[in-house]
Amino acid sequence: MPGQSVGVVESQRAHFDQPLHLRSGGILPAYDLVFETYGTLNAAKSNAILVCHALSGHHHVAGHYADQPENVGWWDNIVGPGRPLDTDKFFIVGLNNLGGCHGSSGPSSINPSTGKPWGAEFPIVAVNDWVHSQARLADRLGIESWAAVMGGSLGGMQALRWSITYPERVRNAIVVAAAPKLSAQNIAFNDVARQAILTDPDFHGGNYYEYNTRPVRGLRLARMLGHITYLSDDQMGEKFGRDLRNSAFSFGFDVEFEVESYLRYQGDKFAGYFDANTYLLMTKALDYFDPSREDNGNLTATMARSKANFLIASFTTDWRFSPARSKEIVAALLANGRNVSYAEIDLNFGHDSFLMEDAHYHGVIDAYLRNIKL
Amino acid sequence: MTHTLGRPDFELIAGWIEPGHRVLDLGCGDGSLLKHLIEQRGVKGVGVEIDDANVLAAIRNGINVIQGNLERGLDEFADQAFDHVVLSRTLQTVRHTEGILSEMLRVGREAVVSFPNFAYWKNLRSVLDGRMPVSEDLPYQWYDSPNVRFFTLLDFEALCAKMGLIIRERSVLDEEGKPVTSEVNFLGSLAVYRLTQHR
Repeated sequence: MPGQSVGVVESQRAHFDQPLHLRSGGILPAYDLVFETYGTLNAAKSNAILVCHALSGHHHVAGHYADQPENVGWWDNIVGPGRPLDTDKFFIVGLNNLGGCHGSSGPSSINPSTGKPWGAEFPIVAVNDWVHSQARLADRLGIESWAAVMGGSLGGMQALRWSITYPERVRNAIVVAAAPKLSAQNIAFNDVARQAILTDPDFHGGNYYEYNTRPVRGLRLARMLGHITYLSDDQMGEKFGRDLRNSAFSFGFDVEFEVESYLRYQGDKFAGYFDANTYLLMTKALDYFDPSREDNGNLTATMARSKANFLIASFTTDWRFSPARSKEIVAALLANGRNVSYAEIDLNFGHDSFLMEDAHYHGVIDAYLRNIKL
Repeated sequence: MTHTLGRPDFELIAGWIEPGHRVLDLGCGDGSLLKHLIEQRGVKGVGVEIDDANVLAAIRNGINVIQGNLERGLDEFADQAFDHVVLSRTLQTVRHTEGILSEMLRVGREAVVSFPNFAYWKNLRSVLDGRMPVSEDLPYQWYDSPNVRFFTLLDFEALCAKMGLIIRERSVLDEEGKPVTSEVNFLGSLAVYRLTQHR
């Protein structure tokens, strides 16, 4: 891969005292956001890019920590000197969204008014709430307008929402592997995942922290299900086929097929560190996402409010948010005469393709970003 | 097909397009024609392109490009969204000829279509000599050609008549890019048409 990693990074924390009025009608009186930055903010403060994370992401986008060299950021392959998000040109900001479990205020963090974890008391947050909280972080950093807001999947939805909510503050929006709203099938998958968590006896109505336990079985199932939807059928076929761990059938219910082994491993790993309440919140944020709701479902009318230039990218093997879903966004932008480019990238990794390193995919992002005038 | 700068049909097409017009270039290649039109005529342009390398090149050129397959129509574009829809040296590569022509005039007020004339005398002579033609405007061997439709000026005009399309203007060029005014179906290597529909 051309370019280099950003190397050693540190995370920072910002505290916000101004209450945040939420989409749900609730209010967060105060909150913390953890974030990381890479590169240098220029004197005009015109070179900042906000990278929004997807369901299970966080603020550690790139680089590694001095004391944890193996803890590499989730989108490290695209950030760094000479990489598409070139830190020689841009100032990159990544944060952990509200409701997250990586340091920003969320269900597993301490509610200052009770001294206990928020648990079920943490309000449900919507994508637009994240955008408002991110705007306050931008204010704190002195960033009047972003050179670009970008993200994949749920991160792409935040970029889209930014362009609608704060049209003056987004010069470019890069929306990868996203959709303007979830389909019934998308919501159905999310609900099965939530049911796995909600029906786990260790869930305790979301207040499992007080019981010194975690609904790991439910969270594990939720992740296994989710993981299937991130991969393509072809890729699973190539990677696992019908391979068995042992040569013969065992006629039992233990792990037999390689794909079972892989999924269980992924489920266990995820359930080991992720917070179940955060998983519930993130999936609800996905389900509720539909900016066109403000315009009776007319996305063209909604996108009329945006002023940004757009790069929309989708992946041919992504069946969770298929190319057709990205093209709905493209059509709404074209109908408004917005500057938009659309790339349909042929990669075999399903929805997860957006995290992969691929010369053409990264070339497209790189070419787009290099044309941004600061 | 890839546009190359300095192509004779570029200037012709540019001459038909008013400053500030909205232009859709189908099969825009690396975006050279749109770039030319944006810089020289101040148009607002969008391209459609199927090939990965061309999409990348067009983005690099700062052109709005939508990756897509012309055979599947132009669903993402609204009715009458453009003043001109350009299909430059691409019609012969499209299987759904009537489909793309009517889509062009659905999304645009005017269609600009250029294509190589298979009845050009050198092409005819080549076939008489027993070989498929290879020329400036047909720069492919039969086995690597993207062309799937082989037609002449007369064929195209007959199709326009059948579809009720109005030919507003026609320019025919020889292999050197010089205008041809007589015996066009025999002496012309490349034809450029402006088409509209009855309203």
